[in-house]
Amino acid sequence: MSGHKAVGASGRDPAEITLDAVRDGDVEIADVRIHPATLEHQARVAAEHANGQLAENFRRAAELAGLSDEDVLALYEALRPRRSSAAELSGHADRLEAAGATRNAALFREAVVVYQRRGLLRG
Amino acid sequence: MDAQRVNLDGFAVQDAGAGLIAFGSPADPAPSLVLGVDGSVVEMDCRPADGFDIIDEFIARHGLDLAVAPEAMALPDLAYAQMVVDPAVPRSELVRLAAGMTPAKLASCLALLRPVELGMAMTKLRARRTPSNQAHVTNRSDDPLLLAADAATAAAFGFREVETTVPVLADAPSNAVAVSIGAAVGSPGVLVQCSVEEALELEMGMRGLVSYAETVSLYGTEQVFVDGDDTPWSKAFLTSAYASRGVKMRVTSGGGAEALMGAAEGRSMFYLEARCVSLARAIGSQGVQNGGIDSAAVAGSVPGGVRSLMAENVMVMARGLEACTGNDALMSESDVRRTSRTLPILLAGSDYVCSGFGSIQRYDNMFGPSQWNSEDIDDFLVMQRDWGVDGGLRTATEPAVAALRTRAVEAVRSVYRHLGLADFGDDWAEQAVDAAGSKDVPAADLMTPLVASRIIRETAVSMLDVVAALYETGFETEAGRVLDMLKARVAGDYLQTAAIFDESMRVLSLVTDPNDYAGPGTGYTPTAARQGEIDAVRQQKSSDDLRAEQAVHRSGQLGVLRPAVVGSDPREVVIGVSPAVGRDIWLTLSGLTVVEALGELLAGLEEEGCTGRVVRVNDTIDLGLIGLQAARLSGSGIGIGLQGKGTSLIHRRDLPPLANLELYSVAPSIDAGLYRLLGVNAGRHAKGATPTPARNPYSDEAIEARYHTKVVALVGIERGCCDPAAGPQELAVQR
Repeated sequence: MSGHKAVGASGRDPAEITLDAVRDGDVEIADVRIHPATLEHQARVAAEHANGQLAENFRRAAELAGLSDEDVLALYEALRPRRSSAAELSGHADRLEAAGATRNAALFREAVVVYQRRGLLRG
Repeated sequence: MDAQRVNLDGFAVQDAGAGLIAFGSPADPAPSLVLGVDGSVVEMDCRPADGFDIIDEFIARHGLDLAVAPEAMALPDLAYAQMVVDPAVPRSELVRLAAGMTPAKLASCLALLRPVELGMAMTKLRARRTPSNQAHVTNRSDDPLLLAADAATAAAFGFREVETTVPVLADAPSNAVAVSIGAAVGSPGVLVQCSVEEALELEMGMRGLVSYAETVSLYGTEQVFVDGDDTPWSKAFLTSAYASRGVKMRVTSGGGAEALMGAAEGRSMFYLEARCVSLARAIGSQGVQNGGIDSAAVAGSVPGGVRSLMAENVMVMARGLEACTGNDALMSESDVRRTSRTLPILLAGSDYVCSGFGSIQRYDNMFGPSQWNSEDIDDFLVMQRDWGVDGGLRTATEPAVAALRTRAVEAVRSVYRHLGLADFGDDWAEQAVDAAGSKDVPAADLMTPLVASRIIRETAVSMLDVVAALYETGFETEAGRVLDMLKARVAGDYLQTAAIFDESMRVLSLVTDPNDYAGPGTGYTPTAARQGEIDAVRQQKSSDDLRAEQAVHRSGQLGVLRPAVVGSDPREVVIGVSPAVGRDIWLTLSGLTVVEALGELLAGLEEEGCTGRVVRVNDTIDLGLIGLQAARLSGSGIGIGLQGKGTSLIHRRDLPPLANLELYSVAPSIDAGLYRLLGVNAGRHAKGATPTPARNPYSDEAIEARYHTKVVALVGIERGCCDPAAGPQELAVQR
């Protein structure tokens, strides 16, 4: 894509990810993970193609790219119906905010209000 | 009439209260949108904000382009519907306006489109220029070898996405690995997913075991949504979670789902689906799989239901999203009816015509039988060819498929052995290569995928390990292809709307391959090479093929004796054969050789005490003229005409050419007994006796469809042997 040079989450150039390197154990999962900057770039592309919501999704994803798989799975679980109290959801929002994940934090804060109104908090 | 298969389908009396209504339930709200002083939505589709359910709430907060909304909501429904089919209005303008429309508004507009207009809309509105297709690859035993062989086969037939799932949940990681390897054997760039429960599917995506996700279900009422154990917020998060790992995803919805779950709130299927599609856009999903999906038969049971399924797909396209257009779960027992449901979409062209063509046997489809299954691939390929349209599939030759299946099985065997996941015996491997389905693989052990999956999860085997194992065991090409799919995640280009990879690993998407249809002469046209694939079904035969088929039956039993002269024996009947007989045509359409047919005719004449003489007429291919010429050479004045393809008649020398005594016109049905009878009757005519007329054989088969291509070729061969200056020749027949 124009003007963006994608590197792995580790910062590694994909050109270095050869079969020999993989065989020699010289490639880690982080080398083939998407970099937050690439997601920001894809967000710009989506916005240029008239889909602001897809762009917003990629920006939320950029915030999550640095989190561990376990953390991401746990956060997803927390947002499912009746899994969390208002305080727990707000706690997640605070931690996300502190980690710079402001868009995801906002998603959690919104959920607190709506879940409360619609009876979707843990009873 | 009741025995027709369509009567196995269920048909429901329209019942709005139960949600058994395709369009326009009395309980559907009128479109409305009211913004407050702060610019936020205070009413949407006649519901005030304090009464919003979770779906309204998320759409109102995230799903609407409020800058466009006043203009879009004020536009009359009919005006938008007319713009949809007006080639002069570009796709981008329709997508721009739809972004400002509430669910009820877009539903009202698109409900106005008639079936053919929906086709126009689909051709124009779909995101990607190049159509494509998706396969289901599963089996009853989660057999990794069979999965790999079938995934390779699917890729060979042109599917660019392969979706697998499990009868046994814990087998999922093994299935994902086996299908990924098999797909890589078949082609570069095939996307693979394993449909399971949301959290496990995400986990597999994170580990690189799959390259896209689709089982992210949305529903149109709050009750069903929550019963599905999610909320729009959790789904939005899930959508971002996939993107955060560079994994493509789309959501799944479809009309009839809420009625099926008994919580449709009295709304129409199309309105509820409008909420799903609006929500899909709101949560940032790049695409939607809809068109009924698992509830397609529910939609199909009500008046207008099949039209609503297609309208759902068009709605996805109008929202600027990738459309994976159903034709997934089998919605009818009737071949006529399922064709009727699919054909308009095949003709219009879709991002994925089927969101699950069962490329495996029906009984092995763990999603349940599909609308289209491996048994139907030839039909689908012929429909593409008939209309000259691209449904994403191509013919794969049997030797090519056999080679790919063998390699896929060997690749999975090697990788599983190398990673310590399983050892497969030779029997199992051989059966999997040759199998049409899992019933042909008795050697498959049900514990193997379970154990392999446990090891994959416990020892955190990733796709990088699979790449290394492929490379080290001699599957360098496939290792490279699987690695390329991992590297594609780093680039992230395939996260964009409607992205697939072509076989050169180029991303085709809304961004790189935008649909530019703007009326006749524009938009997607298959390249010459692709059109060649569409046209070249394996059953097609050229004149050369048919000439070679005839040559197989060439024999020395017909020889030229001398120029033919007029006979004088009153018991003689001349059998006139067409110019190519004894030269290039040896086999009649019934499967008898020409020599056999002549043998029966001669024997019939002999039964009546007559003698036969065989003469080749060289100056005409017209059977009437051949028979007449034979009659004029015959001592009795009675002649038989026989074309190489088998059509025959009895003629008399004083009749006009197109009149004759008896005609046996249906060449494919003329068997030995009929030729014998023809000979007998000709003999009786020669003696002045009364023949018993033959009952012409009729059948309910599509005789013309079966034989007309051959007839054209055979007539061409006759024409080539015809020489207007050549006189008739007497032939010797060795019986």
